[in-house]
Parts: sequence; C-alpha cells; structure tokens
Amino acid sequence: MKYSALSLLTNAFSGHKKWPLQWPDATPKKSYDVIIVGGGGHGLGAAYYLAKKHGITNVAVIEKGWLGGGNTGRNTTIIRSNYLYDESARIYDHAVDLWDGLSQEINYNVMFSKRGVLMLAHSVHDVQSFQRHIHANRLNGVDNRWLSTEEAKAFCPPLNISKDARYPILGAALQQRAGTARHDSVAWGYARAAAALGVDIIQNCAVTGIKRGPDGAVKGVETERGFIGTKKIGVSAAGNSSVIMEMAGLRFPLESYPLQALVSEPVKPVMPCVVMSNSVHAYISQSDKGELVIGAGTDQYVSYSQRGALHIIEETLASICEIFPLFKRMRMLRSWGGVVDVTPDRSPILGKTPVSGLYVNCGWGTGGFKATPGAADLLAHTIAKDEPHPINVPYNLERFTGGRLIDEAAAAAVAH
Amino acid sequence: MLLIRCPYCEEDRPEIEFSYGGEAHIARPLNPDELSDEQWAEYLFIRSNRRGLHHERWLHAHGCARFFNALRDTVSDKFEMTYKMGEPRAQVKK
Repeated sequence: MKYSALSLLTNAFSGHKKWPLQWPDATPKKSYDVIIVGGGGHGLGAAYYLAKKHGITNVAVIEKGWLGGGNTGRNTTIIRSNYLYDESARIYDHAVDLWDGLSQEINYNVMFSKRGVLMLAHSVHDVQSFQRHIHANRLNGVDNRWLSTEEAKAFCPPLNISKDARYPILGAALQQRAGTARHDSVAWGYARAAAALGVDIIQNCAVTGIKRGPDGAVKGVETERGFIGTKKIGVSAAGNSSVIMEMAGLRFPLESYPLQALVSEPVKPVMPCVVMSNSVHAYISQSDKGELVIGAGTDQYVSYSQRGALHIIEETLASICEIFPLFKRMRMLRSWGGVVDVTPDRSPILGKTPVSGLYVNCGWGTGGFKATPGAADLLAHTIAKDEPHPINVPYNLERFTGGRLIDEAAAAAVAH
Repeated sequence: MLLIRCPYCEEDRPEIEFSYGGEAHIARPLNPDELSDEQWAEYLFIRSNRRGLHHERWLHAHGCARFFNALRDTVSDKFEMTYKMGEPRAQVKK
C-alpha cells in the first residue's frame, strides 16, 4: 500500500484500525542469493538498494533482536558531512545527497530536517582547526561556513557567549545542509520498502556461525533457526561486527565501546538547530516531541553491555549546563548506551574481505547514523558487482596493512 | 561506574581513578626491522575485541600510578580478577 494523504484520509474513516502490516515477518527459506547480517538502517537499506537498484530480490536480512534496536535506535540522529579528508567528503556527502530524497524514495517520512549543525570553537586551536575544515570542505564542494560569536548566537539564541564563560565561544562552523532525522522511521521505512520488493526480514534470529566451502568461499550462515545457504553475505552488524567476522576466521582492527545518550523531559521549541561541542563532548538537539536529545563521549573500555558509566553523562551534562545555562533546571528522563565499533583511524571499513563472498560494512564508530543511506547504497553496490564503488574503494581493509589510513579527526565523541 | 581492584593498592576504587590501557599482553616486537607489513598491522591495529572474557590493561592514574592487568567480562562488565604486571596471563576458565 502506498502511503499518501488519500490513504490517510481513507483510513481515518475506519478509525485507523485497518492499516495493513508494514512488512511480514518472514520464515527463513533454505537459501538466498544474498544474506545481510544485521537489521539496522545500514543492513535494511543495503537489502533495499540490492532489490531496487541491482534487481537482486532473493535477499534475507537476519537480525538477532528487533529491527533498528541496535545503534540505529540508540544514536542522537545527527546528520552532517563536514569531514576533513577528500575520501570522507565523498562518502558522507553521498549519504546526505541520499537523505535529501529518502522520504519520497521509500514512501516513508523519515523526517529529515535540515535545521543546521553548529560546531562550537572554544579555543584558538578549535578556531584554526574548524577553519581548516571549512576550507577543505569548500574545495570538495561540501557545505560548511564560519560564523562569528555573534552570528552563532543569532543562529542559536540559547548559547551562552559570555566572555568569562567556562567554555567561551570564539565562533562556530555551520553546515546548514545538515540536521536530524527520525531514526526508527529509517529502519522501518527501509524494511517496508525492501519487503515490498521481495526481501525477507527475519527478526529474533542470531547468526551463530559462517559456513565456508573447501575453496574458502562462503556457503551460508548457521542461525538460531537453522542453516541458511547463500553465496554472498553482507555483514552490517555495528558493535558486533568483529564477533561475526571471527566466525569466518577473520580478525579485524575494531574495538567496541559503549556510547551513551540521554533525553530530557519534553518542552516547547527552544533549540533551533543541532549544536556540537567536540572538545567537551556535548552534542545536543531537540526532537520533534520536544525532548532535548543529548549525546556523550564514549566510555573508555571495550564493552558489549549497551550501558555506560554515570560519570560520563554527568560530564556531558556539566558541559551542556555551561554552554546553555537556561537548561540547568531541565530534568533528564532516560539514558541508554549503544555499542560502537571504532577503527584505529576512525573511518569505516566498507568493501570486500579476504573471504570470497563475504562483504563488510563496519567501523562507523560514533558516526554511523548519518551515513545510513550512503553506506547501504555502497554495500549493495559492492555485493552486487563483487567490487567496490569508487567512493568506497579507499575504505578497504588493506589500508591497515598498506598504511594509507583515513585519519579522520572530525569524528565526534571519541578522544582522538 | 566500575569498581576496580588495584592489585598494588589492594583496594576496590571507583573507575574515575583509573584510565583504560587497551588490550593486555601485546608485546612490542623485539625485531622491528624484520617484520612484514602484515605483522606490523597485527601488532598495531588488530585487536581481539572479545565478547566475553577480555584481558586488558588499566592504569591507576589517580592512585599508585601503576599499570596492571585485568580479566573482565565485556558483556556484564564484571571483573574476574586483576593482577600485577609481569604475572602470567590469567587463564580463562571454560
């Protein structure tokens, strides 16, 4: 069923009780052309683009929990592309290009809002580094511009620009084209669009092993619901990527850390944009429900627990209260953690692996949500053509042996 | 917040006194000139990232300022044991 104003009206007459299921819960078949491991935005999106752009519809997405229950549903939904290096500019801007038309493309409102992302400079070093980013972005055709302290205040009135503030604001970089989206909608929208094209979506079914033939190529996956055959596996498992890779005998340059976020009680519109302060690990925006959505830095140790320590969010809230004194009396409602897979150079690994038929999309660390449509599209391309797209060629696994790292210091939330 | 037992101070202390030192028992190569690119990549970048019992280093930064090793479950975040530098790698009970 196509969602439209007309379908909304029609269903209003039946009290919204007759909407069909958005996608059926599939029972696994014996085999598929492609299996995607991980039912977050990246994995579901890859299945969608495989079916839509490459005509491969005999695809299953296997998820151990529920759709979008991992990092897709645990991030702070910031979308931006003002990264420093050429390789990063291409991959993140590709994603923002796709975000632009995504709601129409998948007929599902992902609420992409280009409200602008403001990155605060608190020191001379920040100013110099952000201006370098702005110039690099300009050369790459990526939107990003410098705002003076007063311009930043005009753009985001809650900011405290007092000169004797603990974190003085010396200016800010603004990417107007950046913003936020509704994260659950991204997973659900891709799931619905992929299922409509014939993709099977299998939830509550953990992958427990990867089976390989005598020639080393993949033959299928062992799951909690039995063996499923396939010649191509795309792994998009975020924090658990290295666990899946080990099933195929591969060791990856990844470490998984907790990353926490929290929301306040809902209030009337007060934050017109997204504000990021990388030097004090404070990331804040306001959701359409009215909650302040706040992101913290990573915890320091490797963990799969999906929770972190209180002192981390305490430090972030201390920074938020310094930068936005008006939020001092807000009460926080919920906090949670996700497991982020961080690479040594803070850039993702997206491409083929040494195992024939095994493809990977991992290492997005603290910034995977913004890349969702781009990463999904590139993973689908890599699987369908058995070779990477020019945009993801540099994001190969071999760079850690060859030394051509993409040392992306614009990545947020991780000490770098 | 984790409670961590420093094997030197012999006390359980809060996590904010410590800083994490990454995976333990990764020895710097003694023959750097002879290593291949693959071996360097293994030493520098590849980590076990174990889901389960994980050997790791901690530094009691705001205490005795000494490094020690620990065995911790990365799913529950529970410490199995901590032990002094130079002591043999803790055995994982199956």
